[in-house]
Amino acid sequence: MKGDVIVQIEELYKYFPVNRSLRDRLRRQPQQAVHAVDGVSLTIHRGEILALVGESGSGKTTVGMNLLGLQVPSQGRILFDGYDVAAWAHGRLKAQTGEQNGVANKRGRAQVLELRRRAQMIFQDPYESLNPRQKIFNIVAEPLEIHRLTRSNEEKEARVRRAMEASGLAPAEQFYERYPSELSGGQRQRVVIAGALVLEPELLVADEPVSMLDVSIRAELLSLLQTLREQHDITILYTTHDLATAGYFTDRMAVMYLGRVVELGPTIAVLTEPRHPYTQSLVSVAPVPNPRRRRERLILQGEVPNPIDVPSGCRFHPRCPIAQESCKSNDPALVSVGEDHQAACLLVKSA
Amino acid sequence: MAVLDVRNLSVDYLTDDGVVLHAVEDVSFSLEQGCSLGLVGESGCGKTTVMLSILRLLPEAGRIVSGQVLFEGQDLLQISEADMRAVRWPGIAMVFQGAMNALNPVRTVESQIMEVLQLHGLFDNKNGARQRAGELLEMVGIRAERGAEYPHQFSGGMRQRAMIAMALACIPRVLIADEPTTALDVMIQAQIIELLERLQSELDLALVLVTHDLGVVAEMCDDVLVMYGGTVAEHACSDTIFNNPRHPYTQRLLQAFPDIAQPGSQLASIPGFPPPLDDLPPGCRFQPRCHVFDGEPFCLEQHPQPVEIEPDHVVSCHLVRKA
Repeated sequence: MKGDVIVQIEELYKYFPVNRSLRDRLRRQPQQAVHAVDGVSLTIHRGEILALVGESGSGKTTVGMNLLGLQVPSQGRILFDGYDVAAWAHGRLKAQTGEQNGVANKRGRAQVLELRRRAQMIFQDPYESLNPRQKIFNIVAEPLEIHRLTRSNEEKEARVRRAMEASGLAPAEQFYERYPSELSGGQRQRVVIAGALVLEPELLVADEPVSMLDVSIRAELLSLLQTLREQHDITILYTTHDLATAGYFTDRMAVMYLGRVVELGPTIAVLTEPRHPYTQSLVSVAPVPNPRRRRERLILQGEVPNPIDVPSGCRFHPRCPIAQESCKSNDPALVSVGEDHQAACLLVKSA
Repeated sequence: MAVLDVRNLSVDYLTDDGVVLHAVEDVSFSLEQGCSLGLVGESGCGKTTVMLSILRLLPEAGRIVSGQVLFEGQDLLQISEADMRAVRWPGIAMVFQGAMNALNPVRTVESQIMEVLQLHGLFDNKNGARQRAGELLEMVGIRAERGAEYPHQFSGGMRQRAMIAMALACIPRVLIADEPTTALDVMIQAQIIELLERLQSELDLALVLVTHDLGVVAEMCDDVLVMYGGTVAEHACSDTIFNNPRHPYTQRLLQAFPDIAQPGSQLASIPGFPPPLDDLPPGCRFQPRCHVFDGEPFCLEQHPQPVEIEPDHVVSCHLVRKA
């Protein structure tokens, strides 16, 4: 079922410079940086649902932001259907700072709009991502106005209705005149999804879309994402720290640790036969909803190290239960460990 | 004898418009020393209200209309506020939801723990209290010297540990933890679960875990109480709840929960929404969402009573017969 490549991320780096104190500046201390994304390459196929999992600070959200051109990569290329997103993002930055003349400005803006239309984001918190003073119809219709996509009010209404019904808000007109505060959390998140779908995007970046919702509603929304893929052939990048929800509806899984992808493969293979010690630990600590199947938890002590000062060699070695001397100096690359399955660990035998 | 025994607790909220909302109705459970109970349900099902009632910390609009809360045989709803203050913390302590953000940002962590110790008259001198605060921090896996730091210097997981240390300051008999792992990263969640398990056995605590995360309950709890719309839907030991659930709501809830050990399996969602408290259905509160309901008139008309269908297995459903 693999389609053509829609997203190609090549050696993406994103550093955020840390402010130096005046004293450090006068002493000419070198500028430090948070290594949020530290060399990530990923390919996403059209119609695929890819899970990007990791703890806070692993860089998963930053990958999504760069992919949508919301941030400018420090280094590396991101191709969205052949177009260079990084260049778009650069153009936008320049358009904002007015570095270019009027013509280029407009062109930069048009390019950004085009990317926005084709690639949309769903944010984590449906309580904060909707304007409380706008009616639902206007919230969902706003992207159409920004992109000047409809010529008549009838056409606009038809597209809003289609997006809302595809998001499970039916009959749509029941919701048009309501305010976000009148809706439940699950309904709000559907409005967020409808606002993204109204542009008929090809790619959705869903950043923890269900983590704020009750369990009974989570399943519904995840099924909705699955349906969108099946019916509209939408590609989805699902970023989460919850392996269990990712295991239920994604095709492939990339596990991130401290700015790197440490394991990548078909979701079922990664969850049932994790090869990287970090993934093994993550899988073991995910609670299993049955007391008869309690498992031994391989809990990592401490917390993810400071991304300003990334450990030498394998960045996981200070917390790794099986680390050896060589891990302190050698930085492992992803190697094949099975069919379409890769892991970045010196101690894993490649297939 | 059970250390905590809640009998037929009912709580109303009075809204500004003078409307009475029945937030909790006829909830009963008991807890033995050293045992753990998971209180599960969706947002708004009344689980936090039950816990606040036990500690008599309901907001002003809340009224306990009936029931008993027996702590070591004494009904907490009948004693004076002064006596109640002696129960909170040394008797029953609580880690509140979002507690990580409840620390005072302008005071050091240890001084906040010392305050609890001194307030409850455990130490009159500062040095003794400081030393004890350090021991409590060590007990939850934080080096004692870090107590001199401020909350913002702690990570989210460490703040949660500090809150647990503070709750345990007077070594309570009962610890109530309201969503203690929500909003934490998976690995930190696992560390907190491990910590609570260890403390529970070391201190012989009775633990009430309020959560919507069935996975955490399956990992930790001896008994499970499933709440729906302010009432008890099902109450049994963990093994029964997870392997032989009888209430349709429990069954649906389990099917909606993704199981990491079985990736790719189908999830069923529960259609509809929990009933709003100002518009409760006249009969069974779960009936509008129930998949077993097939037009039975009593489901529409009568609220089902909790029935012990087999020893230690309580179900509130007209359609579940006794074994």
